[in-house]
Amino acid sequence: MSLITEITIFVLAAFVGFEVISKVPTTLHTPLMSQTNAIHGIVMLGGLIVIGSADDSLEKLIGVIAIAFGTINIVGGFLVTDRMLGMFRGRDRKAKPEEPGQ
Amino acid sequence: MSFAPPLALTQNSDFVTACYIVAFSLFILGIRQGTHPRTARRGNMVAAAGMLVAIAITLSLDVIGNGALILVGILIGTAVGVVASYRVQMTDMPQMVALYNGVGGGAAALISWSEFRHVSAGGSSIPLDIFVPILFSTVIGSVSFWGSNIAFGKLQAIIPSRPVQFPGQHIVNGLLLAGILAGCIVLGIDHDSPSQGLYIGILIAAAVLGNLFVLPIGGADMPVVISLLNAFTGLAAAAAGFALDNVVLIVAGTLVGSSGTILTLEMSRAMNRSIANLLFSGFGAASAAQGEREERPVHSIGAEDAAIKLGYADSVVFVPGYGMAVAQAQHAVKELGKELEKRGVRVSYAIHPVAGRMPGHMNVLLAEADVPYEQLEEMDEANAEMPQTDVAVVIGANDVTNPAAKDDPNSPIAGMPIIEVDQAKEVIVIKRSLSPGFAGIDNDLFYEDKTSMLFSDAKGAASDIAAQVEEL
Repeated sequence: MSLITEITIFVLAAFVGFEVISKVPTTLHTPLMSQTNAIHGIVMLGGLIVIGSADDSLEKLIGVIAIAFGTINIVGGFLVTDRMLGMFRGRDRKAKPEEPGQ
Repeated sequence: MSFAPPLALTQNSDFVTACYIVAFSLFILGIRQGTHPRTARRGNMVAAAGMLVAIAITLSLDVIGNGALILVGILIGTAVGVVASYRVQMTDMPQMVALYNGVGGGAAALISWSEFRHVSAGGSSIPLDIFVPILFSTVIGSVSFWGSNIAFGKLQAIIPSRPVQFPGQHIVNGLLLAGILAGCIVLGIDHDSPSQGLYIGILIAAAVLGNLFVLPIGGADMPVVISLLNAFTGLAAAAAGFALDNVVLIVAGTLVGSSGTILTLEMSRAMNRSIANLLFSGFGAASAAQGEREERPVHSIGAEDAAIKLGYADSVVFVPGYGMAVAQAQHAVKELGKELEKRGVRVSYAIHPVAGRMPGHMNVLLAEADVPYEQLEEMDEANAEMPQTDVAVVIGANDVTNPAAKDDPNSPIAGMPIIEVDQAKEVIVIKRSLSPGFAGIDNDLFYEDKTSMLFSDAKGAASDIAAQVEEL
């Protein structure tokens, strides 16, 4: 990809982000934050790519830590968001059984 | 161990790009469904599915190697992530989010470091359109990692949540930033054979800056800091995407950057302070000094009187703050609300945007206690109804109800939008003492004729009142 293509994508994504996210009500700001948190765990893909060309042990170590960090970010982020959103219930809904870990 | 990826696709082949497009579309759809509590949970799963697609296709790329190490990293990360997210208490959610945010930033910085070593070992000149994003991702990722850790430490009360300040702090931070920029420029000019030592120096300087930048920020300003660090990590991920020529990283990172930016702006608007002021002024410390308060009489009541006021009201609004989270009082408050509803009292909850330690903190706690989301009102909505409200009950909130924000132009919180409980017919404030809130200023609300103070901890008071209401 050329740099200018990448910048185009960046700018468009920024506008899409602003549009979509400004519609999220304040009630859901914590889950929104924790979900977008999980999404930036995508950086873990970078770890998957760079560890392939790691030749010394330092680079391998850096790579493993980066992948572990990114995975914590992704797995933890989506799970904790799910737990939180499971608690948001409307008036007409019956309470569901408690999630584990309460 | 050698590891042959099953398909050996190249990163920018059409098929891989198409899969990445599917992945980021799922992210956008997922966030869109997050606009309503009914669909938000499904939206989260949609976004998670996008993540699975992106990871699966990346694992089939031809550049993938060191499979055993990848497996180790993923296993460790999954184990930690699963355990942490099931064990965390809802009141501790701000810490959890800070921590996840930090590891994301740390991952971005580490990946950039590895990529830097890789491209600079080749001996040929590194193109600037790869080099600049690497440096950006290194610096921002590192600041985000260390800043988030400090935020975690403050929220977890491992380090004091009060603003920690020392003289010349801004000068030190300014010099660090200037040094980092200068280092990056030197590396950039020297991009034929950049110095590894200088790079590591930049990494360390960014780490120190991350620490120093969050340390002076006090607990109640955390919603802004967490939002800002979230934006940082997103941008670091996007920069890593520029460096690695990876479209899904660019889009996903940018989406998070936008989200964090929006939340940061909303939070600072809710405090009526500019972001620069929030980050550089050490709010709590400055104003706590001017604390000469005269003794003024207050009207103090017990649980029984409060129960009578609430039980015979037509409408009651609860105004929760961080104190409710600290006392874990959300369940007790909800029980009290339920008792009142049984008697036909109209109950709602008025939530200030910066109540608590992260955006939406109170909403999550009340949702945990099973309060239907229809009862959670935003500030404007609540203020419009306030004059018709019989009793406003302030639980663990202080500055966000202080009428000085409207009446006293010299107050440190002047102009901050507040929940106007002073407009309600009566006010009950549940609080342990008359001590000032985070802004360090006296709250005139406590001394008004219509205000009754109930000196107790939030949880005990709420259950005592509920018990009394039941007996009315």
